[in-house]
Amino acid sequence: MNRRAIIIKFIVWFAGLGLAVRLFYVQLIDANYQKAAQDNVVQKIIEYPYRGLILDRNENLLVYNTPVFDMMVVPREVVIPDTTRLLQMLQMTLEDFTKQMDKAKAFSRQLPSVLITQIPNEHLAAIQEDLIDFEGFYIQPRTVREYTQPILSHVLGYVGEISQKQLVNDTSRYYRSGDYVGISGIERQYEKDLRGVRGVSYRLVDVQRVAKGKFRDGAFDTLPEPGKNVQITVDIELQQYAEKLMAGKVGSLVALDPKTGEILAFVSAPTYDPSLLSGHKIRDNYGQLEQDSLKPLFNRALQAMYPPGSMFKTIQSLVALQEKEVSPTEQIYCRGDLIGDLAPAGHYDIKRAVTLSSNNFFFILFKRMIQQNKDPSAFLDSRIGYEKWRTYVDRFGLGHKLNVDIPNETAGHLPTVDYYDRMYGKSRWKFSNIYSLSIGQGEILVTPLQMANLGALLANRGYFYTPHIVKKVGESTALGFERYDVGIDSAHFQIVLDGMEQVVSNGSGRRAFVKDLQICGKTSTVENPGYDHSGFMGFAPKDDPKIAIAVYVENAGWGGRAAAATAGLLIEKYLTGEVTRKHMEDYVLKGVFHD
Amino acid sequence: MINSRENQNTDLISIGLFALLVLLGWLNIYAAEYDPENAQSIFSLSTSAGKQLLWIGSALVLGFFVYLLDYKFFDSYAYIIYFIFILLSIAVIFMGKEVSGAKAWFEIGAFRLQPSEFAKYATLMAVAKFLADTKQKELKNHHLIVTGIIFFVPMVLTVLQKDTGTALVYTSLILVLFREGMSPLILIGLVGLLVLFVLTLVIPKTILLIIIVIIALLVLGLMEKTLRSVGWGFVVMTLAIGMVISVDFAMNEVFQPHQRKRILSLVNPNADPLGVGWNVTQSKIAIGSGGFSGKGFLNGTQTKFDFVPEQTTDFIFCTVGEEHGWIGAVTIVAIFCTLLVRLVNMAERQKSHFARIFGYGVVSVLFFHFVINIAMTIGLFPVIGIPLPFFSYGGSSLWAFSLMFFTFLKLDAHRMQMLQR
Repeated sequence: MNRRAIIIKFIVWFAGLGLAVRLFYVQLIDANYQKAAQDNVVQKIIEYPYRGLILDRNENLLVYNTPVFDMMVVPREVVIPDTTRLLQMLQMTLEDFTKQMDKAKAFSRQLPSVLITQIPNEHLAAIQEDLIDFEGFYIQPRTVREYTQPILSHVLGYVGEISQKQLVNDTSRYYRSGDYVGISGIERQYEKDLRGVRGVSYRLVDVQRVAKGKFRDGAFDTLPEPGKNVQITVDIELQQYAEKLMAGKVGSLVALDPKTGEILAFVSAPTYDPSLLSGHKIRDNYGQLEQDSLKPLFNRALQAMYPPGSMFKTIQSLVALQEKEVSPTEQIYCRGDLIGDLAPAGHYDIKRAVTLSSNNFFFILFKRMIQQNKDPSAFLDSRIGYEKWRTYVDRFGLGHKLNVDIPNETAGHLPTVDYYDRMYGKSRWKFSNIYSLSIGQGEILVTPLQMANLGALLANRGYFYTPHIVKKVGESTALGFERYDVGIDSAHFQIVLDGMEQVVSNGSGRRAFVKDLQICGKTSTVENPGYDHSGFMGFAPKDDPKIAIAVYVENAGWGGRAAAATAGLLIEKYLTGEVTRKHMEDYVLKGVFHD
Repeated sequence: MINSRENQNTDLISIGLFALLVLLGWLNIYAAEYDPENAQSIFSLSTSAGKQLLWIGSALVLGFFVYLLDYKFFDSYAYIIYFIFILLSIAVIFMGKEVSGAKAWFEIGAFRLQPSEFAKYATLMAVAKFLADTKQKELKNHHLIVTGIIFFVPMVLTVLQKDTGTALVYTSLILVLFREGMSPLILIGLVGLLVLFVLTLVIPKTILLIIIVIIALLVLGLMEKTLRSVGWGFVVMTLAIGMVISVDFAMNEVFQPHQRKRILSLVNPNADPLGVGWNVTQSKIAIGSGGFSGKGFLNGTQTKFDFVPEQTTDFIFCTVGEEHGWIGAVTIVAIFCTLLVRLVNMAERQKSHFARIFGYGVVSVLFFHFVINIAMTIGLFPVIGIPLPFFSYGGSSLWAFSLMFFTFLKLDAHRMQMLQR
């Protein structure tokens, strides 16, 4: 045969061999193609569960979900026959549109990006109709939180897109970029219950990402689990009234059911409408709220720290009685020269001292507890006495978090011996350095929640349940809120409570008085660099306590005015369902408490 | 006209291989478009497979008519057929319909015909005719030039139809010239230029120049130092250096932007994986995901879900690779090689120069289509959009390839009656 024919046949076989070798490499050696093929056709679809609802203690709806519609764009598929019409439809400028598109392209050319978040419902129908002419755009439904009442913002918190930092810190690796997550309040505290568990399904798609059936017949698919509903302990009506009373003021109000620790009302004023931070509105409103000089985002009821002032005298009395530094009937003569005092000179027993808020009486009581003559050195003696005293006070729930189920609680401040060591030098301090504590001033700081809790433990004659806002998660009511005993014999309470009853019926807290309700309370006029804060702590009814309350109104002067009046109105509203003392209501609503 | 003797002389092996390729092509066209959500019968005319069945049937009818013609017809009318298709190729430039960038189609009712596919067939005949007529004398350079003109005219016309891929097919006729006595140096030189061109795109220019000089000096040092050989050595070296230097110019000035991108994407498909590299990347993913034995008939995902473009026509081989794996792909390669070698053997047994040269023409065109088509699906060659013979969906190409095949079969059947001229 012709030699060149043989060469040509050789070329044919050689080319065939070359193709076979290359095919061998592509199909059998390089494993990347198998994975790439799967990435091409297998689409993972996240199915977000419905976020749980939030209900009040009477199962009235507070927070629910409402659908919103985002305009998505897939850059690779975009076909725009008429730019002007598109811009008109989207109500965007060319500049904005180009910017958004560049952002979407930078993210991915084949995966959808959000072009416009939350298209207003009134535009939706028109847009959906027009959208048919533009390829690569589609509408994706999503849900945002909606509120039935503009109340309770500090308790409910809000939901927002997860931050980069949260993603990094998420050890469970549940969240993904772009997920919505509870940022504060109950939304954050009960995030795991509210969010449910998202489902995943894998499906086959073609190049247009049109579904072509389930991947491996759904063997790897999981169904989403809907979020659990959360029922809170607050009563909407009482809360609305509390917010109305606190409107226009700066301060906070916390009311508890002493028998359970359930929070009945919770106000940090000024407050804001929680829907301002829902969905896309957060972008417009958050900055404004944050820059507000009255700090509406600051949860004063949990985070503001004030000296307890005269409310603290109830604790001083109980510790002294328990320590037998004073007997219920002992009369102590107070000349009124040990410490500044508004109470007249005279003989005081505990009940009278509480009623009239005698500073000198508690100065003497505190001195007895601190100076116990256990050590010849006055410094060391005070140190021993203080440490013992501090152990008692700590059990009243001060100086540490109560672990309420609302995030970002602060501990307040109950100074330790180390703290005074740092302040004055090791054992260089004694009673004369710390006597301000006797009347709840000085270094001690408490939160309004801790004072409401004090009201509850006084009402209970010696114990409290961890204050909490959630009653029921899903079907579960066993949420594990514990009872704490403060370690004071319940017999010691009677005389203190008698004094507190007198405060309201006949003392500084008269503005809280309501006939037949047996309200016990204690006012505080908290010394402060500016105008004094007005404080009130109490509970009612004395014999069968149903509500404990603490109110702080900043820079409102006398505790007997703003705070006592507000507390009295709320107690009346809770116990009787209505407010009869309209003049007192007008007084609080008007909000002028200075002379 | 079809007598028993002719039937006896018809080459059954090549017919069998032809039938096998057409059948496998048809099954793969069905698989390439099969939608599991909306499965349709392979005979349904709304599928490409159903339509291909019509094309296959009509191609067989065409083959039958070729068999009805007198075997001398082709020899006698070669130039006339050639001129008719040259005229049609000119006409289509002015009157044709543009389909995906190429103005290469006549639209007759619902049908589209691509004269460039048939021009290949006509050119083969004209080249065979010319070379056969000059074969009595020695093959001179001016004969090569005339042959060059015969296939250069339809080639240029095809380029004018903006169908560069099909135009490139004509270069395969070099193989015919090689068989008929052209200096092998030209073949080697052309292959060398192609290799050098690719190397220029891959290796930095200065390094490549240094390598060329070193190789040239080594060769010069080793070979006989006659004035003539040293002179040729320098000429080759200078040409190579000139080529390297002018590649940038060629890339920028000669090639269209989209052609430039296709060539560059071959060198680095990941440079623009979603743009120009998309076809090759997706094609390789489809074939690569087939593994050793493939995903099974109709079980592929990459082609039927449209990740691979042109999955029934230019990229039909992806379906083979994906669903039947390396085994299936190599089987198809082997069938093609066997058919081509069979056709070479058949060409060699011809007594008439015309029949032999035409046979080699058929071999060259089929070989080019087969190698380049598969090479482009696995990233060895730029995407130039030419079909896999007998396999790809499409009436014009199946008809044209069948015409070539059956014409040669007809000539082969009459090989005993033909006189050597």
